[in-house]
Amino acid sequence: MPQSFWRRFIRNRPAAVGLAFLVFVVVVSLGAPLFFAGDPFGIVGKPFLPPFGAYLFGTDSLGRDIAAGIAHGGRTSLMVGLVATIVAVSVGTLLGAFAGFYRGWIDDVLMRFTEFFQTIPTFLFAIVLVAIMSPSRASIVLAIAVISWPPIARLVRGQFMATREREFVQAAICLGMTDAAIIFRQILPNVLSPIIVAGSLMVATAILIEAALAFLGLGDPNAMSWGFMIGAGRSFLRDAWWLCAIPGIAILLTVLSINLVGEGVNDALNPRLRTL
Amino acid sequence: MSTPPAAANGRGGPPAATNGVDEPALLAVQGLNVALPAWADRERAVSDLSIQLLPNQIVCVVGESGSGKSVLARAIMGLLPAPHVHVTGGRVLFDGEDLLQATPGRMRAVRGARIAMIFQEPMTALNPLMTIGWQIEEMVEIHLVLGARERRARILALLEEVRLADPERILRAYPHEISGGQRQRAMIAMALILEPAILIADEPTTALDVTTQAQILALIKELQRKHQTGVLFITHDFGVVAEIADHVAVMRHGVLVEIGTAAQVLNAPQHEYTRSLIAAVPALAPRAKRVTDAAPVVLEVRGMTKTFASGAGWFSRARRSVPAVKAVELALRRGHTLGLVGESGSGKSTLARCIIRLIEPDAGSVRLAGIDLSALTRRELRPHRKHIQMVFQDPFGSLNPRMTVVQLIAQGPITHGVAVPEALARARELLQLVRLDPAAADRFPHEFSGGQRQRIGIARALALKPLLLVADEPVSALDVSVQAQVLQLLADIRDRLELTMLFITHDLRVAAQVCDEIAVMRQGEIVETGPTAAVFADPQHPYTRELLAAVPGRNWVPPRF
Repeated sequence: MPQSFWRRFIRNRPAAVGLAFLVFVVVVSLGAPLFFAGDPFGIVGKPFLPPFGAYLFGTDSLGRDIAAGIAHGGRTSLMVGLVATIVAVSVGTLLGAFAGFYRGWIDDVLMRFTEFFQTIPTFLFAIVLVAIMSPSRASIVLAIAVISWPPIARLVRGQFMATREREFVQAAICLGMTDAAIIFRQILPNVLSPIIVAGSLMVATAILIEAALAFLGLGDPNAMSWGFMIGAGRSFLRDAWWLCAIPGIAILLTVLSINLVGEGVNDALNPRLRTL
Repeated sequence: MSTPPAAANGRGGPPAATNGVDEPALLAVQGLNVALPAWADRERAVSDLSIQLLPNQIVCVVGESGSGKSVLARAIMGLLPAPHVHVTGGRVLFDGEDLLQATPGRMRAVRGARIAMIFQEPMTALNPLMTIGWQIEEMVEIHLVLGARERRARILALLEEVRLADPERILRAYPHEISGGQRQRAMIAMALILEPAILIADEPTTALDVTTQAQILALIKELQRKHQTGVLFITHDFGVVAEIADHVAVMRHGVLVEIGTAAQVLNAPQHEYTRSLIAAVPALAPRAKRVTDAAPVVLEVRGMTKTFASGAGWFSRARRSVPAVKAVELALRRGHTLGLVGESGSGKSTLARCIIRLIEPDAGSVRLAGIDLSALTRRELRPHRKHIQMVFQDPFGSLNPRMTVVQLIAQGPITHGVAVPEALARARELLQLVRLDPAAADRFPHEFSGGQRQRIGIARALALKPLLLVADEPVSALDVSVQAQVLQLLADIRDRLELTMLFITHDLRVAAQVCDEIAVMRQGEIVETGPTAAVFADPQHPYTRELLAAVPGRNWVPPRF
């Protein structure tokens, strides 16, 4: 199964390209302290140097190296996207699993709770949370996780409700298994593929939200990030387009490649969708 | 002894099967070949098949799943799922015209008007968003030029003919508003309204209850005689064949193995495969009673009641309640097998699930070997669960697809505290008991056929050495030959381990073979109970009589070889 999964995934051209680009972004980000030693906020030369000159992507309004900013900013983006997604998926899966498995009043309570979060416009809610908690990496991760888990909870709940009715789950109840064993060992492995797909796409959304928060000045002030770079460069858009364009393209390509990978994973996990 | 099919239907010579009558064939399929896509398990769905249908004749095409019988029907209708499945050779002659060469426009004119089709599940064959009347009328409008009043009169007359009570209401109803039997009647009306020369029926009664099935079969036969229609009737059920067929064609793996009159094929089959299929049909004769009434009572059910309520919401107080099980009393002695028999919706599955506490009953008690299970909470019940085990209906849904066979069988004992290596070793032994290759142990369920999966499910249930085995339609999803093997296996194991069994089935033939006693359920109540032989010989309740009378092919005694 894992082998055929991998083969199906790689045969999907866009997904393979997306994965290759994503690996490149991860390597550059993780290696940022090696490739671009020193503080990305440090001034290296004259301001507004155009790209492909002395510096690969030029310099910004204060003379900071944009390439170093991209590499270091990638660390922030990927870290925030990944951690926020893991938190959101874990919380959402847990609540959705309990709601879907037990149904009745537990489901009612958990779903009303979920709806409470869904009624607040997500991005505004994230802004409020970060503003209250004061901007830091931890508060941004938390804010993104808080606004992202409800759809996962709904998805998992639906999957659990359907799978709970399957006869192998009834058989497990007959065998005398505990509820925890049934939820985590019988049902969860069977509903993992949609969760993985939703999670991989959520990383992309989380990166976008992080960038948007940073653009509004709600990023961690001590961490370089792509959103911050766009925000800082937006007043010079007409004179020095690369200040905004380069981090913007970085976000675009990263999010695009994550989406391609996510869809590739989806297709590879559901081979029946494609064959007939 | 086996007769090659080629000799029987004169392959190589002109027009196909010799049906013994010198009448021009209505429909002649000659040397039909249908290719399957590359990933299928065989090259052709139908190979070199020749068959013919005379006017006023019912030809039954019988075969197990995957025999290509439905593909044959769809090839005739030009409804194959091209391009994956397509005709590669042969002719389908209808009125001297080869339908395989006909243009799509010509086929549209033939379909419905000259050759009509009815399907297994009328719910999916009907458009859920349109009324029955609208759908029948559309059919007429496409093919005939008639005034609105004339059209309506004709439709109403036909609805009366298919014995739909209150046809005006049926015309206004949407498909979900009427019962399965009524839907199938409406489908038949729709198929017959244009007086087609040929009716192709693809398992039209498989989804219906046995009493409804009997009515629909009688209806098809009656209308066929009246309108002189040629019927190509596809089925897997030899009982149905015995009920309705003039001629029988037996298919296997896309090849026609035997064709002949109903009497020939049913009572003196020539081909080995036909013989094995017929030998697998359970006789309607009840088994001899093999147990005594002296054994202690293992299971005692008192006043079991369950009502399903629906429609309750935050803002609506109107609750609709459906009583599924009404104060049922049952007692089952050690080593006995009790058959719970009834049609769909009779509450037999709900009763079993209440006994095993997969559903919480509203009232009633279950005593198992002296312990009052109904007094226990869900948590307290858990250690006692191993005493009642269940075998499920669906061989595809009842095994966790992510676990290997040996894990599936061992998980019960492991849950109840047996050491893992010991449980795994015992699971391998159980594989032999249910006659599966021990090499199967480390494979996943999807690598097995339906019958093999059902064996795995039986092994899983036996791993806990239960006092009581509840089998909920364990063979209903299986082909008849596999069904016979699984039933045999269950009977052997039961005798060997002195198992007590509650056996749920809708099929009286199966019940006759397996059960010592029978309880007939109807609308949540047990209307009659007694030793199988006594119930079969002298049914007391009118419903039991109705059920017995509805068993297809009840007058046909399958020959034994």
